[in-house]
Amino acid sequence: MFKWLHPLAKPETVYHLCGKLYPWLMFAAIALLALGNIWGLAFTPPDYQQGDSYRIIHIHVPSAIMSMGTYSAMAIAAFVALVWQVKVAQWSVLAIAPIGAVYTAIALITGMAWGKPMWGTWWVWDARLTSELILLFLYLGVIALSGAFSDRQTGAKAASLLAIVGVINLPIIHFSVEWWNTLHQGASITKFAKPSIDPSMLWPLLISILAFKVLMLALTCLRLRTAILVNEQHRPWVKALAGER
Amino acid sequence: MYFQSLAEFWAMGGYALFVWLSFGTTYALLAALIGYSHYQQRQFKQQLAKRLAREQRVKQYQEQSS
Repeated sequence: MFKWLHPLAKPETVYHLCGKLYPWLMFAAIALLALGNIWGLAFTPPDYQQGDSYRIIHIHVPSAIMSMGTYSAMAIAAFVALVWQVKVAQWSVLAIAPIGAVYTAIALITGMAWGKPMWGTWWVWDARLTSELILLFLYLGVIALSGAFSDRQTGAKAASLLAIVGVINLPIIHFSVEWWNTLHQGASITKFAKPSIDPSMLWPLLISILAFKVLMLALTCLRLRTAILVNEQHRPWVKALAGER
Repeated sequence: MYFQSLAEFWAMGGYALFVWLSFGTTYALLAALIGYSHYQQRQFKQQLAKRLAREQRVKQYQEQSS
């Protein structure tokens, strides 16, 4: 049943697969982001309370959701790497981490730019904001830890372990708005009920979320290819590949 | 379009600073990440090609001198 899964453990196969997928994914990501953002910026009505400032939602929510989605992807890769000793999974942990760090930074910065006009402050030490900041530090920790060992394999293993331990932060971020009194509003779409947002605003938002997801996949393909080349540089297939050019 | 004019669009109902700050930073960060990832790959491929060429030269030299 999982026969198709086995070739994916072979670096050479993954390298070529990612190379084929990358241009399509990148094109789709940019097209979706342009569609979702232009729709959200110019073709949706303003919010009845927040006016036009609410349009920040079209990047704040996608980047925030995908900062957590990217972390899950990284943690799953780390788990596969540690349990089944799959090298490609090991390398993808380090390929994904910088993407997640950038998404988290975007979520924090856009949140600050939204908080200033609506809450009257750029930053408060409130549960949602603090736990999201910890997510950024977890990403940076994974990146730093992998580079802190002279042996690349040991560093990657330590980083994977940190990535798995950090999963505890994900439910804390998600439920922070329910568990603690916070300035941050509750969930509007990631809940088991009808989204509390008008369809005219929901559609461009969903498209932008999809755009951030596809962009994450595209960047993972690109960065994983580099990681495979670096780690397999002494193998014959990489030498043959480099000789072709 | 929900705005009457382009000027009104840029003004964002008085929230221009915050809206364009957000979108500007987002696109700048994403572009930097995409650009840097491409740069890393190009850089490594060049480095690899150089190393393989040097190995080739060393091999040729050794064959000649033996």
